[in-house]
Amino acid sequence: MIKVTIDNITIEVAEGTTILEATRKIGGKIVPPAMCWYSKLKGSGGKCRTCLVRVAESSAKDPRPMPKLVASCSTPVQDGMVVQNTTSQEVLDARKAIVEFLLINHPLDCPVCDQAGECDLQDLSFEHGVVETRSEEDRREFPVIDIGDSIKLHMNRCILCYRCVFTADQLTDKRVHGVLYRGDAAEISTYIQNVIDNDFSGNVIDVCPVGALTDRTFRFRSRVWFLEPMDAHRECRKCSGKVTAWMFGNEIYRITGRKDQYGELEEFICNECRFEKKDRNDWVIEGPRKIKRQSVISANHYEKLIKPSVIQPIEGKMGKKEEKT
Amino acid sequence: MGRAVLTEKIGIPGIRGFDVYRSNGGYRNAEKALKEMTPADVGKEVTKSGLRGRGGAGFPTGLKWSFLDRKSDKPKYLICNADESEPGTFKDRYLMEHLPHLLIEGIIISSYALGVKSCYIYVRGEFKYIIAILQKAIGEAYQNKMLGQNILGTNFSLDIFLHPGGGAYICGEETALLESLEGKRGNPRIKPPFPAFRGLYNCPTMVNNVETLAAVAPIIGMGGNTYASIGIGKSTGTKLMSACGNINKPGVYEIDLGLPVEDFLYSEEYCGGIKNGKYLKAVVPGGSSVPVLPADLIVHTQKGDKRLLSYESLAEGGFETGSMLGSGGFIVYDEDACMVRNTWNFTRFYRHESCGQCSPCREGTAWMEPILRRIEEGKGKKKEIDLLVSIADKIEGNTICPFGDAAAWPVSSAIRHFRKEFEFHVEHPDIVKNINHGSLIRYI
Ligand SMILES: Cc1cc2nc3c(=O)[nH]c(=O)nc-3n(C[C@H](O)[C@H](O)[C@H](O)COP(=O)(O)O)c2cc1C
Ligand code: SF4
Ligand code: SF4
Ligand code: SF4
Ligand code: FES
Repeated sequence: MIKVTIDNITIEVAEGTTILEATRKIGGKIVPPAMCWYSKLKGSGGKCRTCLVRVAESSAKDPRPMPKLVASCSTPVQDGMVVQNTTSQEVLDARKAIVEFLLINHPLDCPVCDQAGECDLQDLSFEHGVVETRSEEDRREFPVIDIGDSIKLHMNRCILCYRCVFTADQLTDKRVHGVLYRGDAAEISTYIQNVIDNDFSGNVIDVCPVGALTDRTFRFRSRVWFLEPMDAHRECRKCSGKVTAWMFGNEIYRITGRKDQYGELEEFICNECRFEKKDRNDWVIEGPRKIKRQSVISANHYEKLIKPSVIQPIEGKMGKKEEKT
Repeated sequence: MGRAVLTEKIGIPGIRGFDVYRSNGGYRNAEKALKEMTPADVGKEVTKSGLRGRGGAGFPTGLKWSFLDRKSDKPKYLICNADESEPGTFKDRYLMEHLPHLLIEGIIISSYALGVKSCYIYVRGEFKYIIAILQKAIGEAYQNKMLGQNILGTNFSLDIFLHPGGGAYICGEETALLESLEGKRGNPRIKPPFPAFRGLYNCPTMVNNVETLAAVAPIIGMGGNTYASIGIGKSTGTKLMSACGNINKPGVYEIDLGLPVEDFLYSEEYCGGIKNGKYLKAVVPGGSSVPVLPADLIVHTQKGDKRLLSYESLAEGGFETGSMLGSGGFIVYDEDACMVRNTWNFTRFYRHESCGQCSPCREGTAWMEPILRRIEEGKGKKKEIDLLVSIADKIEGNTICPFGDAAAWPVSSAIRHFRKEFEFHVEHPDIVKNINHGSLIRYI
């Protein structure tokens, strides 16, 4: 075990633990937001830069600070390391800048976005965003694409976290789902058939931190905050059958995997459970699921949230983004 | 008069061919290394020579070699980084075009020192004719038993594979290069782990620039100490500079490190002065990624010392008043050049070449570019100049790879030193729309 101090709190963790994992062991406000890293996805992290922290002392042996802010999700702790997250103005400023970067091309069409109410980007901009955008550029636009029968890709909303890519890589051994082009022209794409041919492909929806990948069987049926999340299970040959059923009265509107307080899936679920079993009688309902994350679903903050930070529709742009499909 | 350490044999008719190269003393240094020296001896000479990476970062090569995980039982690889795509830098191309066998010789010696049996040359895909030259040279080297099994009758064996890139600047970044070589998308990797431990196919890997590897051959020939006696301070040896822009004699020159910038710019031996008798306005001394410096600061440092072509002297003054030697792409601007247009042009490049993996670089480059274009076209606003500085500032230091810094520095340095010119663009839209306004602002 080695000692690391984060925002003045000292904790012992196993060697090889990343700074981010160590903060999660402590919990609370000092946990940096993570938009790309996902504990269950090998290789993920390092890309979004929202988790940047300052290493004030590298280790007991070498107490010099690290020259740049580091991505806490991909930096292992050293014995005696001292880390600043919320206690460093530099970190807070950088994070604000990252949020701004993530938003300048974001359509902010939350009112018509299926992710609204459970969107990591909404949460992030609520906490760290700035009220006004400094960007006057036209936003990037991509056509909306179907990835097979059940998944829709709104590339406009994608933050290129690569989580879905790692998920697909983990599920299939062929490179069927990845990124085309580069820079700000980069886009998520599937190889030729436009479908990830795998029983677990639907999990890309759950790992996506924003509304870029959504469930076609749920589209526009309801806003998530009108629904009640219930833990449910069924006998399933393919997966554990443990899911969250999103219900309105006695009706099941949507099935997702069970997510922890950081929005991460506890387990992958199969497409049959997710897309096909929408009948109340398919499931044993266990009881209400506590959504522990600071999410707006539980906080019921939606109105407050979107007004100052997220929804800043540029005049004449609103509503234009949602294509016919 | 500069010494020709690397370029000594250029000019000998037919030197590109194996026989001519060999009969003019070529591969003698490889012979010396393989037959008379141990791998550790070779490493020691390189360390003594003080050679620093010529790919841009200037990291001491001997030290870098010592990081290679030799204890690993996995194969070890050497990669020759020949992806040269930095605007303003064209020295590796020159070397490969004229002296392909010098590069091969350097690779043989370096591989021997590093315990490497396979080397990949990752060459920029657009260099079609260079690829042909290298392929021919490698073929000749195999025919003459300089590559393959039991080189020169020793038990050292080495294969060299040539791998053309697909045309992405970012694949010059060493970990993006490795991804590309593995057949993947050329995204830089998150470090650590460093390639010296886990590089190509997760094996210990050394990535070195063309010029770095080529320099190893003469270093073995003359000895590390002799090489170190050339140059100044920690900038030892010679360096290839590719000079371009508004000068009388653009081209590639080998200089002793430590040559005063003024001599390089104005002497007949090198750039031959500014074209058409104009004044010097600015210089980007190390390829598009390093900060631009105005005339007064490139010739003399802020302190008033002569500015020298060395790693230390060019960096003197930090980012406020200094720049970097970088890859040695020396771009010269005369009094008529428009710094706004130039900055826009660079940023256009960086926007196009960002791999798009991390948000500050992907979004930041794509945000700065249209602002710069508008300012250039006379449609910008004054507050956008500060916005640019702020965006560049937010990219810098917050990205996965140094590309982000490379995209930010040209913008922040141009505005730092030529703010008046940006303001002029904003204030006189009618003028800048019609003529190249560069000549309207005098700094001298
Ligand atoms: C965006 C980017 C592009 C680069 N392009 C090249 C290149 O074309 N050639 C090169 O030798 N090094 C390039 N480098 C530097 C390499 O990452 C690496 O540092 C170098 O090849 C190491 O060789 P050296 O130690 O011999 O200099 C680039 C770096 C970055 C960040
Ligand atoms: S922030 Fe974007 S992804 Fe999130 S709910 Fe709004 S539109 Fe959807
Ligand atoms: S589609 Fe979603 S999961 Fe995939 S890269 Fe974009 S934001 Fe990330
Ligand atoms: S800094 Fe730019 S080029 Fe480098 S990894 Fe990030 S997006 Fe890619
Ligand atoms: S979570 Fe660490 S960089 Fe995205």
